Amino acid sequence: MKRAIARIAEGRSNFAIAWLAALLVALTVAPWFVSDYLITVLIVIFYLAFTGQAWNIMMGFAGQLSLGHALYAGLGAYITAALFTRYGIAPWIGFLVAAPVAAMCGAIIGFLAFRFGVSGVYFAILTIAFAEFARIGFDHLTVVNASAGLFLPVAQYTHNDLWRLRGHPTMFYYVMLTATAVAFIICNALLRSRMGYFWLAIREDEQAARAAGIDTFRYKMYAVMISAAMTSFGGVFYAFFYNNLFPEQVFNITRSIEMILGPIIGGIGTLFGPILGAFVLTGLAESVTGVMAAFGFDLPGAKQIFYGICLLLVVVALPEGIWPWLARRLGIKERDS
Amino acid sequence: MTALLSLKNVSKRFRGLVAVDGVSFDVTEGEIFAVIGPNGAGKTTLFNMVAGALNSDSGEIIFSGRSITGLPPDAVCRRGIARTFQIVRPFPALSVEDNVIVGALQKERNVAAARERARAVLRRLDLFDKRSRIASTLTLPDRKRLEVARALATEPKLLLLDEVMAGLRPTETDRMVAILRDINRESGLTILLIEHVMRAVMALASRVLVLDHGVVIASGSPEQVVRDPAVVRSYLGTEAV
Repeated sequence: MKRAIARIAEGRSNFAIAWLAALLVALTVAPWFVSDYLITVLIVIFYLAFTGQAWNIMMGFAGQLSLGHALYAGLGAYITAALFTRYGIAPWIGFLVAAPVAAMCGAIIGFLAFRFGVSGVYFAILTIAFAEFARIGFDHLTVVNASAGLFLPVAQYTHNDLWRLRGHPTMFYYVMLTATAVAFIICNALLRSRMGYFWLAIREDEQAARAAGIDTFRYKMYAVMISAAMTSFGGVFYAFFYNNLFPEQVFNITRSIEMILGPIIGGIGTLFGPILGAFVLTGLAESVTGVMAAFGFDLPGAKQIFYGICLLLVVVALPEGIWPWLARRLGIKERDS
Repeated sequence: MTALLSLKNVSKRFRGLVAVDGVSFDVTEGEIFAVIGPNGAGKTTLFNMVAGALNSDSGEIIFSGRSITGLPPDAVCRRGIARTFQIVRPFPALSVEDNVIVGALQKERNVAAARERARAVLRRLDLFDKRSRIASTLTLPDRKRLEVARALATEPKLLLLDEVMAGLRPTETDRMVAILRDINRESGLTILLIEHVMRAVMALASRVLVLDHGVVIASGSPEQVVRDPAVVRSYLGTEAV
């Protein structure tokens, strides 16, 4: 068991691939065995794991703290939803528009920050500022119904329409499961690539990275753009799953914070961290809600308090996150985990 | 005897202070060239201008026949000048091997090939057995050699060493001297070093330049320079060497 996990982490042997495949199979057949409620919980977990993975490219790999990722998810949501409701353009085609737009917005923020030496917390503030611009801007953007909200037509569908993303939650379950798996594969490949090494070097010591010949501006720009484009797909899911978009909600800083809690809890800069973090946080929060409901308590905000306590515990006890600690306990090498 | 690196009348001012004042010298291909001088002589400023970390106020820096004046540090490295830092800065959370792979990836696009190249460099610097250690857990002498390894992995034409012997014990200094001398002999790598440890300078350098208050006060072979009265007065002291 221990060795099996170690092999997965190293990602080498066929045995490891078989083990990961087993996990995927378990999640693939899960909808036949678990309740609709649990399916919804798992969908949320996948969404957070996916967006956490995307955010992790910027922060965990390249060391650039973004607190405004709601901007990219929001753009993905609004662009695909607007194209769908106004012109009947399928979300997959819409994503081909949304992803470059999100990447461009990332590039603008990145350019302003990296060209003019805005870094660290000041960079983080800049990312918040742009997400806030979007929130206020979309609140007045009549083409997407401004603050009145953009709604996707909801009807009882006789069958799942994957192309137009209309259908039962089970369909969204598989869409997000696939997206999370694909994100994992992409991030794994990125981390092992030449660019991945350059990102880690930049994260560790930017001046030393430059002395080693790395054009840090260029590689930081790539990190922001890839992260933004990936995150925008999370927004596509958000729009078509929830069917309603309000600037006040979509671009709210809470959305950005939600995305980054998973990786922080799970382990920034690791591949398993964002996934583990999403499972732990959402899983525990839902259990708390369930337990409290069972005992007849109805406390609004209990989930948020729980998030706070979890964060506090992890920051105090496991400052690197759960995964690096777990990996050490299991004897897995941290790097590439 | 072609000059790989030429500094022509290079100056740098920090507000009122002239840190480097019209310094000119040539470093010949294949030699080990040392810059020495008392604290505050402008050695590190000079070094940082060559490495692109600081811009010079006037003068010109020519490398391999092309001006590198005003180029940023990453571009300078890609032209073939690798450096180490006076206060070591390996990538702390990365393994020893990954540190060196980052350097090797400069010329090599393929990660597997870069790993092979990194391992060869690590063997050269006696760090191969420690390749999976996390860099921050290494001792200072190991970290110093790691920095040299990372710089060498970029396959430079010129290696800049900023006080790479500082803080090393005499046995460790001798080890570093032996490694650098071997690399210089075998590959013909040109080395420009700033050094306080005269033991290393005497053992390594073919030519020495002495700076004091930003100006060149002497240059020549190590034996000539240490007998120069101006050098003895301003830097070495009467009883030295």
